[in-house]
Amino acid sequence: MKRRLWDYNGGLHLAEHKTLSSTKAAAIASIPRELVIPLSQSIGHPAEPIVVAGQRVLKGEKIAHSVGSLSASVHASSSGIVREIADTAVPHPSGLNAKCIVIDTDGLDEEAPSSGLVQYEQLDPSALISIVQGAGIVGLGGAAFPSSIKLNPGTNRTIKTLILNGAECEPYITCDDLLMREQALAVIEGAKIILHTLGIKHCLIGVEDNKPKAIEALEKVRDELVYRNIDIVEVPTLYPTGGEKQLVKILTGNEIPAGKIPADIGIVCHNVGTAAAIFQAVIGGKPLISRLVTVSGNGVRNPQNLEVPIGTPIRDLVAQCGGYTDGAARLIMGGPMMGFALPNDDIPVVKATNSILVLTTSDLPETEQALPCIRCGKCAEVCPMELLPQQLYWYGRAKNGEKAQAYNLFDCIECGSCDVVCPSHIPLVQYFRATKSAVRTSKSEQQKADNARQRNDSRLLRIEQAKAERAERSRKKKAQLENKKKSQAAIEASVERAKNKKIARTEESSLENKS
Amino acid sequence: MTAIIVICLLFALFGLVLGFSSIKFRVEGDPIADQIDAVLPQTQCGQCGYPGCHPYAEAIAAGEAEINQCPPGGEEGIQQLAELLGVEPQPLNAENGTEKPPMVAVIDEAVCIGCTKCIQACPVDAILGAAKVMHTVIEKECTGCELCVAPCPVDCIDMVPIKETVITWNWPLPTSGSSQEKAA
Repeated sequence: MKRRLWDYNGGLHLAEHKTLSSTKAAAIASIPRELVIPLSQSIGHPAEPIVVAGQRVLKGEKIAHSVGSLSASVHASSSGIVREIADTAVPHPSGLNAKCIVIDTDGLDEEAPSSGLVQYEQLDPSALISIVQGAGIVGLGGAAFPSSIKLNPGTNRTIKTLILNGAECEPYITCDDLLMREQALAVIEGAKIILHTLGIKHCLIGVEDNKPKAIEALEKVRDELVYRNIDIVEVPTLYPTGGEKQLVKILTGNEIPAGKIPADIGIVCHNVGTAAAIFQAVIGGKPLISRLVTVSGNGVRNPQNLEVPIGTPIRDLVAQCGGYTDGAARLIMGGPMMGFALPNDDIPVVKATNSILVLTTSDLPETEQALPCIRCGKCAEVCPMELLPQQLYWYGRAKNGEKAQAYNLFDCIECGSCDVVCPSHIPLVQYFRATKSAVRTSKSEQQKADNARQRNDSRLLRIEQAKAERAERSRKKKAQLENKKKSQAAIEASVERAKNKKIARTEESSLENKS
Repeated sequence: MTAIIVICLLFALFGLVLGFSSIKFRVEGDPIADQIDAVLPQTQCGQCGYPGCHPYAEAIAAGEAEINQCPPGGEEGIQQLAELLGVEPQPLNAENGTEKPPMVAVIDEAVCIGCTKCIQACPVDAILGAAKVMHTVIEKECTGCELCVAPCPVDCIDMVPIKETVITWNWPLPTSGSSQEKAA
């Protein structure tokens, strides 16, 4: 039976370039000589290191502990000696450095003792959530949101459906495709574990129709295990169907309101890779220390998918894929639409890295001069979020964050569809990203100023109070002194009176005697 | 005649209502000064010549101070003040200082003698310590006002620019003429 599917606004049919890497089976990457493992691999606070330089660590050993709810723990991807904990280049569009744990591997790949579970059904959801949290699992689709949080939607939200995202809509990237084909069991079992943790029954796995082998593999496993409550749904190939909001719309017809999460409309959404990682953590007892990465593009000799230890420098990865071709011009982490350029290949693979692209000059569009906006409205036609990019561009250029927010700037998923269709070649998404950062910064500055005002006010109040107290004390002292004087005077006066009386009396008696 | 009496009565009534409401609905403080204060950066540095942001806001509201005396607020702050007050923006008054990148105070803890002078100078209680024990700056609370630097008898406080990290980094606006990669 075919499920009814919905549609979202806009979207693009892009050249896929997927066969470059999808035709070969995934290989296992060798262990690099050094692992560079960033402490910040989730959207939250960087993890706190629990190892020191010179210490030997085993594969799968926790080397940094999560700090706060949005942070994720980090584990050693192989055994070796910690060389240093230092600021080095990390995959980030800023090109700035951040703290990383650098490990000199010893090639032994000695594993830390761990134990998996067979009978997870008897476990409490909270126990499963803490296993997922302890394994440092984050969303492997690219957002790097800690998965344990999504498994615990809170008591005020009723979850009905689990959606696994296997759409993988960006050109070149095929790691989810390969994962579903080769590790279908892990995906399906992972889905079962998530369903059990959430206490729900129904799961939808959305896969684009350009991945028939993946759909076949998933269906085969599902049928063998007779899991009727898991629906594998073929969705049309369109960019950006892999966006969470777009996939939810296609599969359920529901839109996630602005500023809300899928859980607010009863849906939890995970990437297929995340489901497989959850399976590995719960059943295999393995933390997230490696992932499938697509190395593709015409700039690399032998494009393929590799199971890569987290922290592997990109140069090692490219070397395993036959090295660069002569025309290699640009290194990109992520897809060509939403990824970002890397300044060099010393940068390591992180949990959120789904792909490394090496593009040649012929793959890249000619960098054309941005021309003025002609208000053609093509960007609004393709915008999957039904925004008005031309208006957002207008206000972004004018640095008017308030107006841009009124046009729902923060609903923009930065998919880049508007960039592709813009006849004036305006880098729209970059304007939106810059405007978003500017708004966030000004908000945090405002918060800091408010905090400083409050602290200054309370300090002034405290000084004022101390002053008043001092004044009060000295007033009391004075009054006391005054009182003392008064009573002294009263005593003196009465003494005087007594004396006078005495004198008067003696005088009186002497007078009497005389008389 | 009746008309005159009615008008007089009405006037008397309105007078009473106005008089009553001016007492009953009196606004505490100066709302304009508060609005100006909300725009000021709350560094509390005193570079404007007033002992803090609120006194400066009050002075602006009273027409005693210009809007271009706040270096930490910079050109952007002056722009905001000009918009709020409906006056022409003017360049920052160089007498009050120059616009600097955001900074924090850092105490060289090995040199600190624990005199508490900086603690007394800090307008936002961002320095922690006690007499004859080492002091330290709570970086998160420091506004970078530099008021603690001068009182230090051993000169152990440095103003350090806040380093940009991957968390505080901002996407730049595109430089005109460049086009972003569209590889697809």
